[in-house]
Amino acid sequence: MAGTIKREQTLDKLFAAITFLAAFMVLVIIVSIFTSLFRESLTAIDAFGFFGFISSTAWDPVRENFGAATTLYGTLITTLMALAIAVPVALGIAIFITELCPKFLKPIFSTAIELLAAIPSIIYGMWGLFTFAPLMGEYVEPALQGIFEPIPLLGQLFSGVPLGIDILTTSIILSIMITPFISSIVRDTFALTPVQLKESAYGIGATRWEVIRDVIIPHSKTGIFGSVIIAMGRALGETMAVAFVLGNKHAIATSLFDASATITVTLANEFTEADTDLYLSSLFYLALILLGMNFLLLAIAKTFLARKGKA
Amino acid sequence: MTEIDKRKIINFVALSFSCAAAALGLFWLIFILADVLRHGIAYITPALFLNEATPPGMAGGGLKHAFIGQLLITFFAVLIGVPLGILGGTYLAEYGRHHLIGRFISTLSDIMISVPSIVIGTFVYAIFVKPLGHFSGYAGSLALAIIMIPVVLRTTEEMISLVPWEIREAAFALGAPYYKVILQIVYRGAATGIFTGILLAIARIAGETAPLLFTSFNNMFLTTNMNEPMPSLTVTIYQYAMGPYDDWHEMAWAASFVITLFILGLTILGRLIIRWKYKN
Repeated sequence: MAGTIKREQTLDKLFAAITFLAAFMVLVIIVSIFTSLFRESLTAIDAFGFFGFISSTAWDPVRENFGAATTLYGTLITTLMALAIAVPVALGIAIFITELCPKFLKPIFSTAIELLAAIPSIIYGMWGLFTFAPLMGEYVEPALQGIFEPIPLLGQLFSGVPLGIDILTTSIILSIMITPFISSIVRDTFALTPVQLKESAYGIGATRWEVIRDVIIPHSKTGIFGSVIIAMGRALGETMAVAFVLGNKHAIATSLFDASATITVTLANEFTEADTDLYLSSLFYLALILLGMNFLLLAIAKTFLARKGKA
Repeated sequence: MTEIDKRKIINFVALSFSCAAAALGLFWLIFILADVLRHGIAYITPALFLNEATPPGMAGGGLKHAFIGQLLITFFAVLIGVPLGILGGTYLAEYGRHHLIGRFISTLSDIMISVPSIVIGTFVYAIFVKPLGHFSGYAGSLALAIIMIPVVLRTTEEMISLVPWEIREAAFALGAPYYKVILQIVYRGAATGIFTGILLAIARIAGETAPLLFTSFNNMFLTTNMNEPMPSLTVTIYQYAMGPYDDWHEMAWAASFVITLFILGLTILGRLIIRWKYKN
């Protein structure tokens, strides 16, 4: 009897240890991702420094002079534009689901929107390259150019030859991909608004939109903020969809109709072709910068959403 | 126009915008799916699944090599990722639920879910491909497994937490040790949820391309040797779509159709199981 108990206790400790090791793997993996990317980047860090690297617009594999400015710029500009399009649309969708949609349609409609997030990015790329980009280049972009190009200053944004393989097309596709991330989190936080608050607003004669604007949205602002940051992390790291439609051009674009390059696209296209140590190391350096940005953003989003959960 | 009229008009405009946004979301979904269906379905032929690649320009080629490669890479990724994810999730929800390290790892996995997949590809290249000196199917599986682990881990943790604590206490009262309670009681209660989590994780990795580009790389020939560069459907789509040949484009569309159907089917199935299980 005592022997059985002893054996069971040992087995229990063993099982606890195995599960702990499995969970600990997450920490090990994350730490080794950071350390190994840092180690691989050292050659490039020695050669260019940090501020030197992110401020240099050079990307010249032949002379081995590399800088991150053009790809960082491409990454940030497409991400921010995608957010500018996705945030209002996602808020509209969340409002529609929580306040306007008939009850029996709610689960179907929510699932439909979330399927947009399940479609793999390579499919967005195929669709973008063969269907959407030609439509943009042939119809939408010339039309936009006709309207906006004569306007001084603003016209610069719409100059150039609209081919469809450019920043505008990429941003729109990215915005479609990140919309469900924002709308599903926002929908959940909208649903947390206390009914009493809403009803007191209706009770003093507020319209539905006024309740949304002055009660629901202020009550959900941490959730909205957190979801936007998560979506931003998604857009920063998106690779395949962007690789198809952005054109991979290392230059600071000044028009929405210019091709550009992001960190992810540069990695996808050049990693296996990098023929010198410094070239490969610079690519690792780009990956490290992307990882750092992404990790920081997600940590911020987690703190915001966690605070919301406690409140 | 009175103040009230003005407020009503604003209300109407704002709510119409909301409906328009919803319609736009649905429009994109239908546009993309219809487009994949329209382009893909015509090229779904037996030859696509049964033939291997022919030299560019020669008719009669298929993607058998890519289908088999994709299956092998995914299979080994599941083999590495699922046990680690389930065991880790068990620790977070059971032994480690009150420990600081458990909370910390749980948060860390949430962040890890969002690490760009291409970064994971570069990581596996650095620790696996570079030291060995060649691309391999194993490297691709490893990259996909790393993407999978936090997903499986977090769903397992959540599904196990849903099992009522009283059930464990009933088993403890009978003198069962904790590990037996977990293995025989908790896992049984959470099985459907964990299984769904695995389905959704497979759906997630099946469409991944970026982490395979510099791990399993690509191969024009059929291989079952996981130690060699291995073709996958997704990387093949990328290569074929960017290539200059029409029949390459056709096969890329057909492969896109198959992969979309597979992933959406798995996703919808997972959601249905969850709804069916947790409604009753």
